[in-house]
Amino acid sequence: MPVTAESLFGFIGRRTVSFLKNLHDAALLINNTFYWTFLSPFKGKPIRVRASISEMVKTGYNSVPIVAVISFFVGIILALQAAYQLRKVGALIYVANLVGVSITRELGPILTAIIVAGRSGSAFAAEIGSMKAAEEVDALVSMGINPVRFLVAPKLIALMIMLPALTIFSDFIGILGGLLLSKAALDINPYNYFQQTVNSLLIKDVMTGLVKAWAFGVVITVVGAYQGFKVEGGAEEVGRRTTASVVASIFLVIVFDLFFTTLFYYFT
Amino acid sequence: MEKAIEVTDLVTHYGDRVILKGISFGIPRGKTTVILGGSGCGKSTLLKHLIGLLKPTSGNILINGKDTTVMSEDEFNEVRKKMGILFQGAALLNSMTLADNVALPIREHTKLEEPTIQIMVRMKLDLVGLSGFENFYPSQLSGGMKKRAGIARAMALDPEFLFFDEPSAGLDPVTAAGLDELIIKLRNVFKMTIVVVTHELASIFTIADCVIMLDLGEVLFAGPLDGLRASDHPRIRMFLERKPEEETYSPADYFRFIAGN
Ligand SMILES: Nc1ncnc2c1ncn2[C@@H]1O[C@H](COP(=O)(O)OP(=O)(O)OP(=O)(O)O)[C@@H](O)[C@H]1O
Ligand SMILES: [Mg+2]
Repeated sequence: MPVTAESLFGFIGRRTVSFLKNLHDAALLINNTFYWTFLSPFKGKPIRVRASISEMVKTGYNSVPIVAVISFFVGIILALQAAYQLRKVGALIYVANLVGVSITRELGPILTAIIVAGRSGSAFAAEIGSMKAAEEVDALVSMGINPVRFLVAPKLIALMIMLPALTIFSDFIGILGGLLLSKAALDINPYNYFQQTVNSLLIKDVMTGLVKAWAFGVVITVVGAYQGFKVEGGAEEVGRRTTASVVASIFLVIVFDLFFTTLFYYFT
Repeated sequence: MEKAIEVTDLVTHYGDRVILKGISFGIPRGKTTVILGGSGCGKSTLLKHLIGLLKPTSGNILINGKDTTVMSEDEFNEVRKKMGILFQGAALLNSMTLADNVALPIREHTKLEEPTIQIMVRMKLDLVGLSGFENFYPSQLSGGMKKRAGIARAMALDPEFLFFDEPSAGLDPVTAAGLDELIIKLRNVFKMTIVVVTHELASIFTIADCVIMLDLGEVLFAGPLDGLRASDHPRIRMFLERKPEEETYSPADYFRFIAGN
C-alpha cells in the first residue's frame, strides 16, 4: 500500500512539475514572440519584411481558394437551415439577417481559423520542428540570431494580418452563398436580400469577428511555434508534434471564441 | 602561451546522465587545438558548451577572460559574433540557397551593401571549392559539400574563433587535405584561434598545435602535439595506433551479457 501511494504521489508530482515546466516554456515563448514582433523593431532590430511577406503569401493568399469554397457552402447551408424554420412563420426574408449575423459574428472567423490552423499551424510546427531536429535552430543561435525573431515573428505578423483579411473575405463569400441560394431556391430578390443584410448588420458585428480573427491568428502562431520548438528527437517526433499543434490550436481557438463571445455578449 | 579559452571543472549532464565529469583545460590563442576522443565521449557536447548552446551543470568557461556561463543572452551574442561554428551535421538552413546561407550572418550583423555581400559570399565559397553552387539548395548537395558550405558560413564574418566539428568526415582524401591546408592558412595568415574535433589521424598530425584528448568524460591528455606523440598511456597509444578496444568479455560471458543475465 505505501508503495502504491508513493508511486501515485510521485506520478502526480512528476506530472505537476512537467506541466508547470510546459506552462513556463509557453509563457516564455509568448513573451519572446511579442517582444521580437512589437518592441524590438523600435530598438533597431527590424522585423524581416521579406520573410513576413512570403509567410503572408503562404498562409493567406494560398488559403483563399479553400476558404472561398468552404465559406460559400456554409453560406448555402445556413440559408437552407434558416429557411426551414422561417418558412413556417412566413418570414423568409429574415434568412438574410440570420445568415449575415451568424457568418460575420461567428462562422466567418472560426471557419477561417480552423482552415488556417490545419494548413499553417501544422506547417509552422513541422518547419520549426524539423529545423530543431537538424540543429538548424542551434545554428541560428550560434550565429547570434534569435530564432524567435527569425522564425516566429514573420509568421505572427503574417497571421495577424492575413487571418482578419481572410475573415472579411469569408464573410463576403458566405453572404454571397446565402444570397445565391435565396435567389435560386427561395425566390428572394437578390437586391432585397442585399438590402436586408446591410440593414441587419451592425459595424460591431463585423468588428467583433475581426477581433476574434486577430486573436485566433496569435493563438495558431504561438501553438505551432511552441510545438515546433518542443521537438528534441527526429522525424517521428516532428510528425507527432505537428498533429498535436493542429489539435491544440483548434481546441484553443474554440476556447478563445467562447471567451470573446461571452465578453462581447455582455460588453458591447 | 596566452589562453583564449579557459575551461575549469566543467560538469555537464543530459538529464540524469553525466557526460563530462569536471574537465579543465585551456585553448591557446592563435593556435589550432584538436579535440580527440572515442565516439560518444562528449566532444560535440563540449563544443556546444563552448558556444553557449548548452549550459553546464557546474564549472566555468572563460572566453577572452570573461566568464560566459554567467552572461546574459545579449552579452553572449556579442561574443558569438566573433565565433564561427561548423556543426557535425553542417546545419545549413534548408530553406535558403547556399549563397543566402553564407550571407546570413553578414546580413544580420553588418550593414554592408548587397554587392559587397555578394563578393564576400563568392570569396568564401571559392575558398572551400564551391564556386558555381551559389544557387543550389542544401538538399541538392552531397554530405561533403554541405560540410564545406558550413565551413564557408562559419568563416563568413572572419571570426576570431573557429569551431569545427569533424570538418573532414565524409570528404575524399584530396579535399580533406585541401581543408587541412585551409585550416593552417587561417591560423598562419589570419591568426585565428581554431578548435577542431576530428578523428583523422593524418589530419591531426598536420594541423594540430595542441591536443586535448577526452575519454569517459575526463581529460586524458592536454598539451602540445609532441607530448601526445611521446605519451605512453595505453588508451592514447591505442588511439594513435588504431587498435581496437581490448576484449573485455570472454565469449561465454559475452553471451550471458547479451542474453541479459
Ligand atoms: N540531445 C541529447 N540528449 C541526450 N543525450 C545526448 C544528447 N546528445 C548527445 N547525448 C549523449 O551524450 C554523449 C556524448 O555525445 P556527443 O555527441 O557529444 O559525442 P561525440 O564525442 O561528439 O561523438 P562523435 O564522435 O560520435 O560525434 C553520447 O553518449 C550521447 O548519447
Ligand atoms: Mg560529435
